[in-house]
Amino acid sequence: MLLIPCPWCGARSQLEFTYGGDATVRRPAADAAEAEWFRYVYIRDNPMGPHDEWWLHSAGCRQWFRVRRDTRTHDILGSAAPHAPLPQAAS
Amino acid sequence: MRTTEASLKYSIFSLARNARSYHEGWPLAWRSPAPKPRYDAVIVGGGGHGLATAYYLAKEHGLANVAVLEKGWLGGGNTGRNTTIVRSNYHLDANAHFYEFSLKLWEKLAQDLNFNIMYSARGVLNLVHSPADLDAAMRRGNAMRLNGIDATFLTRDEIAKWIPNLDCSAETRFPILGGLLQPRGGTVRHDAVAWGYARAADTRGVDIIQQCAVTGIRIDDGAIAGVDTTQGFIATRKLGLAVAGHSGHVAAMAGLKLPIESHVLQAMVSEPVKPVLDTVVTSGAVHFYISQSDKGELVMGGDLDFYNSYAQRGNLPIIEHVVSACLALFPSFGRLKLMRTWGGVMDMTMDGSPIIGKLPVKGLYMTGGWCYGGFKATPASGWLLAHTIARDAPHALNAAFTLERFAEGRMIDEKGAGPYAWMH
Repeated sequence: MLLIPCPWCGARSQLEFTYGGDATVRRPAADAAEAEWFRYVYIRDNPMGPHDEWWLHSAGCRQWFRVRRDTRTHDILGSAAPHAPLPQAAS
Repeated sequence: MRTTEASLKYSIFSLARNARSYHEGWPLAWRSPAPKPRYDAVIVGGGGHGLATAYYLAKEHGLANVAVLEKGWLGGGNTGRNTTIVRSNYHLDANAHFYEFSLKLWEKLAQDLNFNIMYSARGVLNLVHSPADLDAAMRRGNAMRLNGIDATFLTRDEIAKWIPNLDCSAETRFPILGGLLQPRGGTVRHDAVAWGYARAADTRGVDIIQQCAVTGIRIDDGAIAGVDTTQGFIATRKLGLAVAGHSGHVAAMAGLKLPIESHVLQAMVSEPVKPVLDTVVTSGAVHFYISQSDKGELVMGGDLDFYNSYAQRGNLPIIEHVVSACLALFPSFGRLKLMRTWGGVMDMTMDGSPIIGKLPVKGLYMTGGWCYGGFKATPASGWLLAHTIARDAPHALNAAFTLERFAEGRMIDEKGAGPYAWMH
């Protein structure tokens, strides 16, 4: 069971959360080239190791936030509000 | 240690002959050679897909100077972790033709490989629980029939008579209204597929090299020049990737980024019991599928864990979901103990369909992005990748499964789920 640290509610069971995918992709400008939009929609780094990702506390405070999690071990390295810096490691 | 005899044919006679020596005289099924400095083609990944590719390169295209590189042991990845189901009950034309080609290869594969892969055409039944399910099943069933694939609709009463331990009463949370059956669907012994292809490929001269991880891909003037491995550099002009959940970072060695995310999918088995279920039952409504192995275990699975993972293990919420779905459909299985659970790394593409073909580096090819469906695709995937490697051009059956389709807007989105890798 993942114990996910919501920045507002603290550590809660993964049952309360919904996954939102890679949090490193950035929406291009509306007039950006098609290739840039293609990369935004379809291409992911898919790292083997630390992965920054969106989670929604859907059965809690209903806030989106980011989690840094190791995809090899599922260890959670930290979490942060959408625009706050993500710590390298968390307690 | 005995060497293989290329001429040894498995049969009732060789079985009887070896019984007299207490089965201690069987030759090894394949060699374990040291890698040669150069091959005509190198396949990365010694699972079903990679071994099948090498086998068909040798058999169909006369290319015998081929190596299969496997970082662990044969069939130790998703080939040994799936739930052994084979079927071709797809709606979209590209998928239907591809998976039907695969099912036709499955039907003859034991004879072709001279290896008992235990193909069992016990049927795959998709349960229907709502009027929307019913419409979708009828539509898919009719599409399958138009593509020449067997599909039959069973009413609730027919299902209740056939599968007595399935709860077909009206009082359940998701009452069963009927089901779409593909009679030729069924199961295949998964490990035997890796072993059978390995033995048949080895007999035709393919070098299978285990404990050999690829650490780098060398490109010379825009074309493949070889691979760096834990057993040294191996030169080749044609490199095929069949590495499932690891497609992303192996392709990254060639400077490519793929529309793929790796996710964990779990499966589990109960303790073995006497025969209780003689078909494969699936339910989209409760995200569940189940069959009984020849050892008697009930083999079941459900959804992804829904987060990126290379861990080959998942978490308890999905196991609880699968077991509760099982008990909703088969209340009598509540007395069974769950014996074992495991996970595999799925290469989830952004449209739920695979990539089989050329990559944008000369001499580099891949079969991957198999999502949940890799096992049943094994023979066709290998056959078509071999064709693509040998001719440097795709076959009509894999022409649609390009990497470029994502940029060109030619998605093959069977579920219509949109560009979210974990939603397919």
